[in-house]
Amino acid sequence: MRDYINVCLFGIFLRWCVSLYPYSGAGKPPMFGDYEAQRHWQEITVNLPLKEWYINSTDNDLEYWGLDYPPLTAYHSLLCGLVARYINPNFTTLHVSRGFESKDHKLFMRYTVLVIDLLIFIPAAFLLFRNNENICKSKSGLFSCFSALMLYPGLFIIDYGHFQYNNASLGLFIIAVGLLYKNLDYASGIFFVLALNYKQMELYHSLPFFAYFLGKFYKENTFFQCLKKLSIMGFVVLFTFLVCWFPFLNNFELIFQIIRRIFPIARGLFEDKVASFWCSLSIIFKLKLMFSNSTMALICLLTTLSLSLPSSVHLFCYPKPNVFKYSLINISFIFFLFSFHVHEKSILLVAIPASLVFCEEPLIVCWFFIISIIKYDNAFIQKFTEKGQENQEFSTPYNHLASYFI
Amino acid sequence: MTTKIKNLQAPYLDHYGYCVSTDFEVHRNWLAITYSLPVKEWYKNDISQWTLDYPPLFALFEFIFSLFAQYFDEKMLIIENLNYKSKMTVLFQRLTVVFTDLLFAYSIKECLNELRKKIDLKQSNFHLIFIIIFGNAGLLLVDHIHFQYNGFLFGVLLLSIARILQRRNLEGAFWFCVLLNLKHIYLYIAPAYFVYLYRMECARENNTGKVKWLSLPKRNCISLASIVIFVFLVSFGPFIALGQLQQVLFRLFPFKRGLCHSYWAPNLWALYNFMDKFLTVLGLKLGYVADVNRGSMTSGLVKEYEHTILPSIAPIHTFLLTVITMLPCLLKLWKSSNNPWQFVRSLTMCGFCSFLFGWHVHEKAILLIILPLSLLSLLSREETKYFTILNVISQYSLFPLIFTPEETVLKVTALLLHSSLLFSLLEKYWRSRFKPSSFLNMYELLYILGLLFVFLYNQFIHHLLGLHISLPFLPLMITSVYCSIGILYCWFGLYKFMLNI
Repeated sequence: MRDYINVCLFGIFLRWCVSLYPYSGAGKPPMFGDYEAQRHWQEITVNLPLKEWYINSTDNDLEYWGLDYPPLTAYHSLLCGLVARYINPNFTTLHVSRGFESKDHKLFMRYTVLVIDLLIFIPAAFLLFRNNENICKSKSGLFSCFSALMLYPGLFIIDYGHFQYNNASLGLFIIAVGLLYKNLDYASGIFFVLALNYKQMELYHSLPFFAYFLGKFYKENTFFQCLKKLSIMGFVVLFTFLVCWFPFLNNFELIFQIIRRIFPIARGLFEDKVASFWCSLSIIFKLKLMFSNSTMALICLLTTLSLSLPSSVHLFCYPKPNVFKYSLINISFIFFLFSFHVHEKSILLVAIPASLVFCEEPLIVCWFFIISIIKYDNAFIQKFTEKGQENQEFSTPYNHLASYFI
Repeated sequence: MTTKIKNLQAPYLDHYGYCVSTDFEVHRNWLAITYSLPVKEWYKNDISQWTLDYPPLFALFEFIFSLFAQYFDEKMLIIENLNYKSKMTVLFQRLTVVFTDLLFAYSIKECLNELRKKIDLKQSNFHLIFIIIFGNAGLLLVDHIHFQYNGFLFGVLLLSIARILQRRNLEGAFWFCVLLNLKHIYLYIAPAYFVYLYRMECARENNTGKVKWLSLPKRNCISLASIVIFVFLVSFGPFIALGQLQQVLFRLFPFKRGLCHSYWAPNLWALYNFMDKFLTVLGLKLGYVADVNRGSMTSGLVKEYEHTILPSIAPIHTFLLTVITMLPCLLKLWKSSNNPWQFVRSLTMCGFCSFLFGWHVHEKAILLIILPLSLLSLLSREETKYFTILNVISQYSLFPLIFTPEETVLKVTALLLHSSLLFSLLEKYWRSRFKPSSFLNMYELLYILGLLFVFLYNQFIHHLLGLHISLPFLPLMITSVYCSIGILYCWFGLYKFMLNI
């Protein structure tokens, strides 16, 4: 247990080291960066009524970092915003606080990320890896998986450096996985829905969950049992959705607007450079010129779903946790490569499940982690040179640490 | 390979981009002075308030770095650019600290190899203790955030110790002389070296091992003396030739600075000052003392201050007290011949005595005690016990050095992580030898828990009570006094143990 605590402390230490660096868009008007986006969302959610959060209005200019994550993010921003307003009203004054930057504010924002880590992500990691023989037979294997997860630099560079709250959605996802391993199916469903309602990117992981539960219930002794379990699961999932979307339920137009914001077809196939299949293909075939956005979206959807089929079917036939974890990785990889409008940050969604198999395939996972970090290197080197340098410095020690575990 | 892995712990802290302490500017200034000015101006220049106050070899060391610095950012080498902090400057300085820490890593490995010959050290424990020494949280905070080159200097010290442990006494002496000429604070532990080396290399023994007082020194003595003289000549030679010796010595030993630093190092004098203040306040309340000059000693400025009720202390008093307290352990060292580990113990005790009773001691000098002690930590249960307590206290006492709110999480997690690693090591090591009983008795545990309350008070309660306006230096004083009690306790216990071996 002490070893786990040591790794935790070390992880927190590393995260805070990263937090001392500048955040994205620091000192760069007029749009700044993701940090300003989060601050702006706090401003919007604190000052405007719920109904107006996702709607373009004079008070809420959606062109300037409009909310484009599902409601749970909005509620979280509201909570943070309330605390922010208590500390210093200037942090969240409507309109006036745009581009507000100060040392105190940066410290406050960094602390919010740390709080999420302490409340959600770290307990989730413990839940998943501590004493969970289904993942790894040996204790040291479990410990190495735990360390791989805690110390994966990609996650905390994005969260503490660039500034986002991936640890919230990923933490909830990890809890869902942990509960699945403990055969607490309905609880697992609840947490996965919560994760999905935090960031829609969790859809990458939805197929494996679906296939697993479907397969597991199908294997029930009688058809009636199967139907019963399926309907309870369906009810639980639906109920959680309703709870999350509760304030918006009486207004269908609003719901559609939110869905439009969450799935921005208009944004195009890809942004900048990202290691997806379409981006690479675009070097030869100018896909952006050949197809319209909606056609392209359809193509992406069909490719992704069809390629995910083998893994999903396999999981359906053999709904065991072992198969589940590989399926998670496979399907999220496919989504990453073939989806519409993929961000380079989405590689996190592949990397986190990868830590589940670290004890069995340390070399491959290690290699994958390093490559994923190098991607950040390239992406950010345009934004800041310090961030790029910092990534390099993190990846080499990580490399060594990981090889130590092998 | 394991060395490299542990090595990478250190760079993490370097990522502190912008908020650096005055020590950063100090070193930048020295790079500028050694680069731009001829040698004869080095100890005379005072454009910046941070004049060169380390011995000449360190100046040479800065000069060598400045030759590389010009490729990073030439502007940092202009003396007039006071407080110049471009990104490349910060990067360069941080990199130099990381680079010199490599020597530190090497020296630790050498020492631990010697330790391995004395006690049974499994490979995993070897790694653990390496991390604990190399990643000493206090050292990490001081070197990589606050900015100094202590890692490198301790590297030289540990190298010298390693050579002595390997019975290569002359090399040990050489490295220690180099060290003295890099930073003269190591004079604190010079007596231990002197006694040990004289005993081993110079004093002749008769057949029963008793020292023959009336005989000529051994041949090695001449080699020893010539090494010492050679190193000092290389270092001070140029300045003696320039007739600047007095100026250099004046810069190195600024005795005017007062009994305590602005933040009282947790030594005896901190308690003494506190008693004085306490009695003054008491006296005022009871009407025994007339209204006195309330200039606070913890006012944050380094200045001379007269004690009000208790007698004033002069440098000579501290010197005598230090020497007297050192004598028993030096005598013990003389008697226990041919035991280099006893030498390491005396070294630690000398550092301890100088820290506790010296004049104008910096709180960073606690590292001088804790790092050699970490080598001794597994040798016996008592040493383990005192090392554990002292480790926590010393790291906590360094907290005031790192005071911005951004750094709070860092220093707290560093302390917790380091202590936790230490407990892991101790559990793993001692379990196979003794019954796992707790090392610390109840009072010691309570004391360490008390540190938590001190921390909470300093961070939150002091501000909440509004006392930060009327009594701004109360937190510092509480930290000093609380830590000095613990440190004195450890000193006493360790001394008793050492004399009874």
